[in-house]
Amino acid sequence: MILVVQWGGKALSQATAELLGGARQLAGDGAVAVVVLGPDAREAAAEAGAYGARAYAAGGDLEAYGGEAYVATLAAACESLKPQVVLMPADPRGREVAPRLAARLGGAAVTDVIEARRDGDRIVWSRPVFGGKAIADVVLRRSPQVATVRPGSFPAAERAGSSSVEVEALTVTGTDRPLRRVEVRPAAEGGVRLEEARIVVSGGRGLGGPEAFKDLEELARLLGGAVGASLAAVDEGWAPPERQVGQTGKIIAPDLYIAIGISGASQHLAGIAGAKTVVAINKDPEAPIFEVARLGVPMEYQKVLPHLIEEVRKLKAS
Amino acid sequence: MGWNVVVLLKPILDPELPARKFRVAADGRRPERGDAPVVINPFDQNALELALQLKDKGAAATVTAISAGGAEATDGLRKALALKADRAVRVELDGLDLPDAATTARVLAAAVRKVGDVDLVLAGRQAGDWDQGQVGYLLAEELGWPCAALVQQMEPAGDGLRLVREAPAGREVLEARPPLVVTVTNDDSNVLRLPKVRDVMMANRKPIDQWTVADLGLDAAALADEAASEVLALRIPERKTECEMIEGDDPAAVAATLVRRLRELKVL
Ligand SMILES: Cc1cc2nc3c(=O)[nH]c(=O)nc-3n(C[C@H](O)[C@H](O)[C@H](O)COP(=O)(O)OP(=O)(O)OC[C@H]3O[C@@H](n4cnc5c(N)ncnc54)[C@H](O)[C@@H]3O)c2cc1C
Repeated sequence: MILVVQWGGKALSQATAELLGGARQLAGDGAVAVVVLGPDAREAAAEAGAYGARAYAAGGDLEAYGGEAYVATLAAACESLKPQVVLMPADPRGREVAPRLAARLGGAAVTDVIEARRDGDRIVWSRPVFGGKAIADVVLRRSPQVATVRPGSFPAAERAGSSSVEVEALTVTGTDRPLRRVEVRPAAEGGVRLEEARIVVSGGRGLGGPEAFKDLEELARLLGGAVGASLAAVDEGWAPPERQVGQTGKIIAPDLYIAIGISGASQHLAGIAGAKTVVAINKDPEAPIFEVARLGVPMEYQKVLPHLIEEVRKLKAS
Repeated sequence: MGWNVVVLLKPILDPELPARKFRVAADGRRPERGDAPVVINPFDQNALELALQLKDKGAAATVTAISAGGAEATDGLRKALALKADRAVRVELDGLDLPDAATTARVLAAAVRKVGDVDLVLAGRQAGDWDQGQVGYLLAEELGWPCAALVQQMEPAGDGLRLVREAPAGREVLEARPPLVVTVTNDDSNVLRLPKVRDVMMANRKPIDQWTVADLGLDAAALADEAASEVLALRIPERKTECEMIEGDDPAAVAATLVRRLRELKVL
């Protein structure tokens, strides 16, 4: 059996539909099941039938216990369901839970999978390594195999009609561990959300200081877009961590991505692989960012940025 | 009083190495080292900074840096000593150089036990080489401790800790009590401080403990056999470059051309 995991939500998510697509490919004739964890778990899990999957739900606010409640609850579920493979999204929660779940079950984990195929009786998992400079093909030598899968890696399974299934309840455990959430601080989101923005203007260490981010904000505002940043700019304190774009920041796919003073390290590029058009402003014509850019301006940003803002202002006024 | 803190420092191939210089070694399963420098994994530097901050605040009694690897691990440990870590330990992997997170966690857990009386283990969220992001979590499982993920800031609070960590839509504050494993992510408040020149020189005279896998009561050959994962092959993805460079001495004209081209490409 292959078990697909979803964290919370009222309906089965796009990510789950993709994981179900992957599960079908890998399962052959085997059964596929979905487990949803969270307050509306039952509601979401009921949809699983439309995808031909069995459904399990663990309600309650697991989110308040770090990863503890997720790991313990899933481990208990797997003890009885005995899946050979568990798939979960490659999001922060999945990356935390997958290795721990595997360890508790005596299995093995693989993270950030972008491809998986059956090779005889084993599964070959492919994942980007060295910040995306290479792809590694990996096999796991213990079972169950727990994998976190990046979005877009499998075609989403099709919904067949509206059939719903009997949802079986799972018990939430692991809430007794000494780790507790006491406060949630939502990010101060000014303007357009980075993940949803059609246009993103991003700054890096090359901006040389926090002031330039004000100009980036002005440009983003004129374009109706959002501001992003490289890890280096976040480390400098010029932009908040929620603005970080890249492998360990936000993965985004805007129509237009304008990278200013960003070298284009592979870890940064991992976050914008889905961007349709990339524009780079960088004083070093050899910077790797130009390898992914459609249009490049090899110039100090201080010289060109004010003019660019002016041109866009004119365009918007006309 | 205070906690004994361990911080894990992984020596990795410099992640700033440009993609076009990255090569796969002849065995097809690992990178070619070439002349690229080895550095402390950046997220482990963030973890070290948080450990040092706990010491500044009087909450940590000792900070021990542990690095598993060959001689190249020594530089990072010296840096930790120069920044006033109390102790540095290098675990010689005896040929166990496979990037298997489960094996690595077993070795490091044994090292933490050998250090003894440890309250808190800090690890980077992931290493910038194999990017697995598993060792901190697996170590927590090995030790049977709870684990706080993606932590950016930590403050002593009563007999425990207040942790600020990355959450799906912003940040959240956790309360926890040692023993605890923490995985650390970057934030402008945990950028690793710079050592003073004098302390760098002093650190060169401080001892670095060298332990082998056998010293930890483990058998390298048996561990290799028990590896949970195996890399079959490493491939380089294809890259295409077709960047249209907009050059010129007049920045106003360059900006105008850029906007015109964006309009022609129907992006604006
Ligand atoms: C495991 C791991 C995960 C990571 N995850 C991420 C991630 O999610 N996101 C991310 O961004 N990074 C990430 N990184 C870091 C990444 O490797 C780089 O360090 C980082 O992206 C560099 O940021 P930068 O391009 O802003 O800075 P730099 O590399 O310092 O580049 C600055 C650029 O600005 C240019 N410049 C300087 N002055 C000017 C000027 N006046 N005008 C125009 N251009 C100028 C320079 O030519 C240079 O190209 C990660 C690293 C690791 C190891």
